[in-house]
Amino acid sequence: MNAAGFPILSLVTFLPLAGALIIALVRGEERVIASNARWTALWSSLIAFGLSLILWFRFDRSSAELQFVERLDWLPDYGVAYAMGVDGLSVLFVLLCTALTPLCVLASWESIEHRVREYMAAFLVLESAMVGFFCATDLLLFFLFFEMVLIPMFLIIGIWGGPRRVYAAFKFFLYTLAGSLLMLLAIIFLWHNAGTTDIPTLIQTGVDPRYQIWLFLAFFAAFAVKVPMWPVHTWLPDAHVEAPTAGSVILAGVLLKLGGYGFVRLSLPLFPHAAAELAPLIFALSVIAIVYTSFVALAQEDMKKLIAYSSVAHMGIVTLGIFTFNHQGLSGAVFQMLAHGVVSSALFLCVGVLYDRVHSRDIARYGGVAKVMPAFAAVFMLFSMANVALPGTANFVGEFLVIVSAMRTNFWLAFGAALGMVLGAAYTLWLYRRVAFGRITREDLKGLLDMSPREHAVFAPLVLLVLWMGVYPQSFLSFFETSVAALVQQHEAAVGAAQRFAETVVR
Amino acid sequence: MYVGAVFFPLLGACISGFLGRWIGPIAARWSTVVCMALAAACGVPAFFDVAFGHNPATVPIAAWIATGGLEVSWALRYDTLSAVMVGMVTFVSFLIHLYSVGYMAHDPTQPRFFAYLSLFTFMMLMLVTADNLVQLFFGWEGVGLASYLLIGYWYERESANAAAIKAFVVNRVGDLFFMLGVALTFWTFGSLEFTAIFGAVDQHLGDRFLGVPALELIAVLLFLGACGKSAQIGLHTWLPDAMEGPTPVSALIHAATMVTAGVFLVARMSPLFEYAPTALAIVTVVGAATAFFAATVGCVQNDIKRVIAYSTCSQLGYMFFAAGVGAYQAAIFHLFTHAFFKALLFLGAGSVIHAMSDEQDIRKMGGIWTRVPVTYAVMWVGSLALAGIPIFAGYYSKDAILEAAFASHSATGMLAFLLGLVAAFLTAFYSWRLLILVFHGAPRADEHVMAHVHESPLVMLVPLLLLAAGAVLTGYLFAPFFIGHAWEEFWAGSIHNAPHNHILHDMHEVPAWVPLAPTVAGFTGIALAYVLYMFAPGVPERLAATFRGFYLFLLNKWYFDELYDAIFVRPALAIARIAFRVGDQRIIDGVPNGAAALAVDAARGAVRIQTGRVASYAFTMIIGLVLFVSLLYLGTTR
Repeated sequence: MNAAGFPILSLVTFLPLAGALIIALVRGEERVIASNARWTALWSSLIAFGLSLILWFRFDRSSAELQFVERLDWLPDYGVAYAMGVDGLSVLFVLLCTALTPLCVLASWESIEHRVREYMAAFLVLESAMVGFFCATDLLLFFLFFEMVLIPMFLIIGIWGGPRRVYAAFKFFLYTLAGSLLMLLAIIFLWHNAGTTDIPTLIQTGVDPRYQIWLFLAFFAAFAVKVPMWPVHTWLPDAHVEAPTAGSVILAGVLLKLGGYGFVRLSLPLFPHAAAELAPLIFALSVIAIVYTSFVALAQEDMKKLIAYSSVAHMGIVTLGIFTFNHQGLSGAVFQMLAHGVVSSALFLCVGVLYDRVHSRDIARYGGVAKVMPAFAAVFMLFSMANVALPGTANFVGEFLVIVSAMRTNFWLAFGAALGMVLGAAYTLWLYRRVAFGRITREDLKGLLDMSPREHAVFAPLVLLVLWMGVYPQSFLSFFETSVAALVQQHEAAVGAAQRFAETVVR
Repeated sequence: MYVGAVFFPLLGACISGFLGRWIGPIAARWSTVVCMALAAACGVPAFFDVAFGHNPATVPIAAWIATGGLEVSWALRYDTLSAVMVGMVTFVSFLIHLYSVGYMAHDPTQPRFFAYLSLFTFMMLMLVTADNLVQLFFGWEGVGLASYLLIGYWYERESANAAAIKAFVVNRVGDLFFMLGVALTFWTFGSLEFTAIFGAVDQHLGDRFLGVPALELIAVLLFLGACGKSAQIGLHTWLPDAMEGPTPVSALIHAATMVTAGVFLVARMSPLFEYAPTALAIVTVVGAATAFFAATVGCVQNDIKRVIAYSTCSQLGYMFFAAGVGAYQAAIFHLFTHAFFKALLFLGAGSVIHAMSDEQDIRKMGGIWTRVPVTYAVMWVGSLALAGIPIFAGYYSKDAILEAAFASHSATGMLAFLLGLVAAFLTAFYSWRLLILVFHGAPRADEHVMAHVHESPLVMLVPLLLLAAGAVLTGYLFAPFFIGHAWEEFWAGSIHNAPHNHILHDMHEVPAWVPLAPTVAGFTGIALAYVLYMFAPGVPERLAATFRGFYLFLLNKWYFDELYDAIFVRPALAIARIAFRVGDQRIIDGVPNGAAALAVDAARGAVRIQTGRVASYAFTMIIGLVLFVSLLYLGTTR
């Protein structure tokens, strides 16, 4: 039935959920529960990761088709099926989810002290939802997972968050929900028209160009909020600030990619005309996101807020790349999403390291940390440099490809995207300077301990990844090379056909 | 050999950086020195092999980025141009490493320092051996990173941090244009590999982009990138501040690595620049302006390292206008000789600073020449070379540049010639002003410092003597090959001169007074310095008092920093604050928060009627609504 010989995608998706169930069933003393919950969460996420590695090795990179396909009729009368499968565009996102979750569990090992059981269970449910989202090839399933992500994240922010967690959690929830309601309507419309919710079939059939703009906008509402694009980005800094460290990691590392992935998976192939027509609007929003939020980042006094705004700017690069519709742009955008998933996660983990020790995210509260925490300073420096897209680190490849492809569309578009290079350097280095450099003026900072073995274990894989992706990105690019080529070809065919049609009509 | 020259420094950096804590500072620093020695032992023979043995090669390493027709790989390209750079960089950097062993002996975090130093060298080597624009950009940004780390090495000092960030961000402004240039190159040529680009230049002469010839636009964008790295006027502001780093770093930045990258880029892209006459004219004017501007500022600075820093800036201007008039070979030759005498001057200055208990203000020095004879002698050699006095290295290269500018017979070339001549005079003047103020006259330091003045240890003097030998000999020995009769054979096409460009021939056919003029200007400058600072030491102060406005203008470096602060830095911060407080908090967040507040008010009203939790009601309602609508929809359509 597929290259692995067993339903691997479902297994990877639902294994964490099983882990969550086990955790929920644990009984006993408070401390025992906590410890059991931690270990169960770690093991189930590690096993899920180990399983997902099969995808890395067995995935056929030369094919643009869906692989490891599973299909079960669910509501046959309505053309709805439980359909899973990955292609080059999604397979690495699955790996990103499974790789980040164990790190998040490790990062929360000591910093979460109350309701550990519920916390770990929420994380595993979250993992299930995310993996499912990237594997789903049926619109309804896609939507279900998309919404399912919302709930554990809402709880993680709302229960284990900072002082304004309730405000942040509701803001997060309402923003995303508002978008996804419109998407649901669009999905129902699509289903009504085609009689099926199978994504490949829908793409094959095509959507009447007359409806494309409206449907595109409905999906756009859901995805733009998730990305987040300017001006619906303000939920993100609040959510990040209040979320616990691991929550921020998943939020930045995976949740933001749901939007970008949605564009690539659905908006582009389903609505090529609308995408082409509305591209200028998206370019404008992306450039504003890059420039404007970079400036906003410069004014931040809270470490997490600064990194959150920098995420918005980096995701601007992604949306810009997607809507250039050319090979480099799409490759760059997908790569940038993966790179950002690693780098911003690592940056939030860096903040977490400091927060666990000092319990403050105020930049002004720090200064001179490099003196007492040299290993941490080195790691933080590496990821700061990755954040400014230094060649040799992961982010460079994505940004470079997107800027190159933007140049083909318009010089000033490329200029706007490249402005992020300067502003990004300014805010990132300034953050680093205020936190790590300078003379230590506060007594309590003098006694800070450098990273513990557990923290080393959290960062080591990320350090390796960020350098690997920067020095030999080919290992990753080759996964989606053919899929991107197919996507570009399909898009050009669709838009080209419409143009020819329009020309004949005019004649 | 080719691979070793580039990767030994990386090895050294890794050993020192990652293992430094375990192997201790002594092992760490010597491991980098040994690795650098090995790199030099590979790099210098590689230079002779490639340039004189006519044995260019490209060593492929691995694929890097390949997606949809855009393919770049990691590879080491050894042609004469890069071999010159590799030989020079590894050799000079090795001497600087050796010198640092003595200079940094009392520093508490040496493994870090030596790791950065080696990393810096590695990045520069990656830059010069790149066989495509993206790998060049890797090295380009890499030296930016290393310089940032080294300038901010003493990170407890606020000024060092500020200088480091400034260096990185100003460089990034240049890099922005570099990146755009790379992007445009790709869409024009369909490739970023040098061989492919250079082979296709004549097919794209007519291409236009944004209404201008594409080649011109690419050349201008790349040159703007070069301006950042090579501190040309407008983007030069980071260079003097970069003096915040330890002195060996300044030597490395100014001589072997970093600032020469821009000149190298223009020479590397010569096949493209040759067909971009407007861009070349811009290069000439900017170079000439920088040469003149920096020389004027150098005349009034009081920090020993800043004087030398401005002299670098000025000499880079020479290199650029040489390239601008088409004499890329002369530019690279000056780069090559300059590396030796500038490293010498900086390390000599370091030796002085070392002797003076970390004093850098030349007004507080003087009268020490008998106490530090070797340093004194090598500073003389370095200054003679810098001023372009015959038989010293700078004479050959600087003369060649001015002759080429004269021989170009264009308005911009003539402007460059005149400004270059004035700058040559000023160069000699400030060099001897420095020598006299530092070494001669009555001691102006306090007794405590004076009692402590001592010559540097041998590990610092040996590099100085070797560099001094280079500052004397490199001009005489290499002039025939770089710019003399054997140039065509030597360069072997690694620098391209278009068929219409005869500058390397014409520069030998200028009127007899032209080659003499720079020498005369040099001697006049030296004489003036003697008059003003040795024989009539009161005059400079009176001059400064009389022309106070002019003096302050020079002293404050033409007010570039203040100008940029007013038009870039402060507005940027203001925009940042406004964007955040007004844009994000008030406008974008204001709407939903306002709506939420309204909803809450309305809900309060509702609460009076119903009891229970508002949120749960709201959610039940929304979800119910969604279900209802969708069911209705399903029901009516099926």
